Amino acid sequence: MSANGAILEVEDLHVSIEGKEIVDGFTLSVPAGEVHAIMGPNGSGKSTLANALMGHPRYTVTAGKVSLKGEDITALSPDQRAQRGLFLAMQYPTALPGVTMVNFLRAALKSVQGRDVPVREFRQRLLDAMALLKMDESFARRYVNDGFSGGEKKRAEVLQMSILRPALAVMDETDSGLDIDALRTVSEGINAMRGPEISILLITHYQRMLNYITPDQVHVLYKGRIVRSGGADLAAELEAKGYDWITGPLDAERSA
Amino acid sequence: MTTTKPEEIVGGYKYGWHDPEFKPVNIVRKGLDRDVVAQISELKNEPQWMRDFRLRALETFESKPMPEGFWGGNIQGYPLDFDDIYYYVKPMEGQGKTWDEVPDEIKRTFDKLGIPEAERQFLAGVGAQYDSEVVYHKIREDLEKLGVQFLDMDSGLREHEELVKEYFGTIVPPADNKFAALNSAVWSGGSFVYIPAGVKVDIPLQAYFRINTENMGQFERTLIIAEPGSYVHYVEGCTAPTYTNDSLHSAVVEIIVKKGARVRYTTIQNWSTNVYNLVTKRAVAYQDAVMEWVDGNLGSKITMKYPSVYLMEPGAHGEILSLAFAGPGQHQDAGGKVVHVAPDTTSTIVSKSISKGGGRTSYRGLVKAYPGATNARSTVRCDALLLDADSRSDTYPVMEIDEEQVTIQHEATVSKVGEDQLFYLQSRGIEETEATKMIVNGFVEPIVKELPMEYAIELNRLIELQMEGSVG
Repeated sequence: MSANGAILEVEDLHVSIEGKEIVDGFTLSVPAGEVHAIMGPNGSGKSTLANALMGHPRYTVTAGKVSLKGEDITALSPDQRAQRGLFLAMQYPTALPGVTMVNFLRAALKSVQGRDVPVREFRQRLLDAMALLKMDESFARRYVNDGFSGGEKKRAEVLQMSILRPALAVMDETDSGLDIDALRTVSEGINAMRGPEISILLITHYQRMLNYITPDQVHVLYKGRIVRSGGADLAAELEAKGYDWITGPLDAERSA
Repeated sequence: MTTTKPEEIVGGYKYGWHDPEFKPVNIVRKGLDRDVVAQISELKNEPQWMRDFRLRALETFESKPMPEGFWGGNIQGYPLDFDDIYYYVKPMEGQGKTWDEVPDEIKRTFDKLGIPEAERQFLAGVGAQYDSEVVYHKIREDLEKLGVQFLDMDSGLREHEELVKEYFGTIVPPADNKFAALNSAVWSGGSFVYIPAGVKVDIPLQAYFRINTENMGQFERTLIIAEPGSYVHYVEGCTAPTYTNDSLHSAVVEIIVKKGARVRYTTIQNWSTNVYNLVTKRAVAYQDAVMEWVDGNLGSKITMKYPSVYLMEPGAHGEILSLAFAGPGQHQDAGGKVVHVAPDTTSTIVSKSISKGGGRTSYRGLVKAYPGATNARSTVRCDALLLDADSRSDTYPVMEIDEEQVTIQHEATVSKVGEDQLFYLQSRGIEETEATKMIVNGFVEPIVKELPMEYAIELNRLIELQMEGSVG
C-alpha cells in the first residue's frame, strides 16, 4: 500500500492511440475499500482510460504513472498487472470459442493466485459466485462469451471478478446492455463484494447503475482529464442537468 | 502413453530416433522398374492376378504426369527422386502373434511408442507395421470368434483371396492418380478388415505405421469391408525418424460401408518433417450407411490427402473432420471430398488448420452432386488460424453441383490469434504462451472432442509439443 493508503494511484497519465492523444493528464487516487465512479459524455476517454490501466497493447502511455498498492505498474504486461490484483470488467468482452468457462476460470484463478487451486475449493467458489449472480450451473460449460447475449457477457465479467477477487476492479460500462432486472442482479452482486479488500473504479455514461451502487466519490471525465469531483450527489445532479452544465463553460473558456 | 528422454527430442519432434542395430532380412535394390515390382510380388509369393495388377499399375504410374490441379499442384517444387528410394524393406521373417516374437530392436521402438501398453488398456486389436511389413498383429479373441477379420493386407490376400479380388482397387483404381498407381504397383502391408453383418466392434482397432530405414518408401494398402449393420472404429498412427534424406509414404485406403453400417477412420499422422505423405483415401457408403473420417495431420514435410466419401444410396451420410498443423518448413495440403450420387444423402466437412513459424496449410475440398441427387444436403466449414505473420493459409473449395434440388452451405474463416483474445486472457493473469495455447486448444476442440479420450489427450499433447518445439 502506498503512503497515503491508496490502492490505485494515477499521476498525470497521458494515453494515445494511433498517435492521437485521448487521455490528457489524468490524475486520481482511490483508497482501499472505496468505490469511485468516473462519468463522462461519449468520447471523453472513458474506455481508453480503462484499457490503458489494464495495459492493452493498442494504447500507448506517453507520460505519467500508474501505481497499484504502491508499486509502479506502468510498464507491466496485462498478465503481470492481473497477478498483482488488477481486474478489468470489459465493455466488449471477447469470445474464446472452444474454451469453456470452467477451464478458463480455473486457469485464471491459478494465475492470479500463483498456485493450483484444489478442485473442491474452486468448485465451491464457482457455485457461490454463480448463485450470487443468479446464473445457471450450465453456464460453466459454455465457451467463454461465445454466443452470449449482451446481458450474459456482463454477468460473466462480474462472475470472473467475484471469483478472482481483485484488489482493484475497473468496470467499463458494465451497465450497458443490461435490462432493469439484470442491472439489479449485477449491482447486488457487486454490492455483495464490497468491503475493505476491494476498491472499484466504476466507469459509466449513465447514472442508473449508481442508483444501486452508491459511490464514495464521483469524478467527471472530459477530454481525457477529470474536470470535477464530488460525492454521490454529483451523479444525481448530472442526471438532472446533463453534462453541458459542466462541459459548456469549459468549452467556452477554451475557445475564448 | 510414452516416456521420452529429452535428448531424444529432435527439433521438438520426440519420435525422431532410429534403430541403428536394425538389420532388414531382405531389401530390394533402390529404384523402380518392372524387375523391382516383380521381385516384390515374388518375395510375397502372390497369385498371378496380383502380380499382373502390380505390373499394369506400374505402367499407369509411368504414363501419368506428376499430379496437379486438384492435388496440391506444387509437388514439382520438391526434390522427390523416384530412383533414390527403397520400395521394399522386409524387417523380419514371418510375423509376431505376441510381442515376444518380435525382434528386440523393433519391439523397443514400439515399446517407446507405447503400442503394447495401449493394446492392453483400450484396444480391440493392434497391427504394427515396420518399414514394408507388418511385424505384429493381434485381435481380441471374442471378436475373432464373431468372424471379425483384422489382418495385415498380405495375409488378407492369402486367407481371403476372393474378397480381396472382389474389392481391391475398385474404390481407388490405380489410374486415379499417379500416387495411387505407385501404391498399386509396390504396395506392402496395411490392414485387411472385415466386419460381418450386425457385428459392432465396441472399442477401436489400431494400426501403427513406423518407417525406420532412410530413403525408404512405405506403401501400405488398407481395405475395410463393413457388412450391413456393422460398426468399426479404425485408428492409425504414424511416426518416422528424423533423417536428412527424405522418405516417402504413399498409402491407399479403400472402405466399403454397406447398408446401415458405420465406419469411423481416425488418423493421427505425426511423421517426421522429412517425410512426403501422399495418400489416397476413399470410402463408398450405401443405404443409410455412415462414413466418418477424422484426419489429424501434424507431421510430415508435405502432406497431400483428401479423404473422400461417395454417397451411393439414399440415406447415406458422410462426415470429414480434418485437422492440420503446419510448423516451420511444413505444408499441410488437406481437406476432403464428398460425392452425392443418390438422393437424400447428407454430408459435413469441417476443417481446422493452424499455421505457425512460416508453416503453410491449405484446405482443398470438393462437394459434388450428380443429377438426381435430390435433397442432398452438405455443409462445409473451414477455419484457419495463423499464429504469426510469416505463416500462410489458403482455401480451395470446389463445388460441382449438377442437381438443382440440393442444399449446400459453405463457410470459411481465416483468423489470426487476435490481439483482443490475447489481451482478454492476459487481463485475467494468464501469461502469453499459456494464453496462445488456450486459444489454439479451443480452436481445435470441435475435432478433439470427437476422439476417444486417450487419443484426445495424445493429440492435445502433440499440439502442445508443436507449439513449443518449432524453434528447431
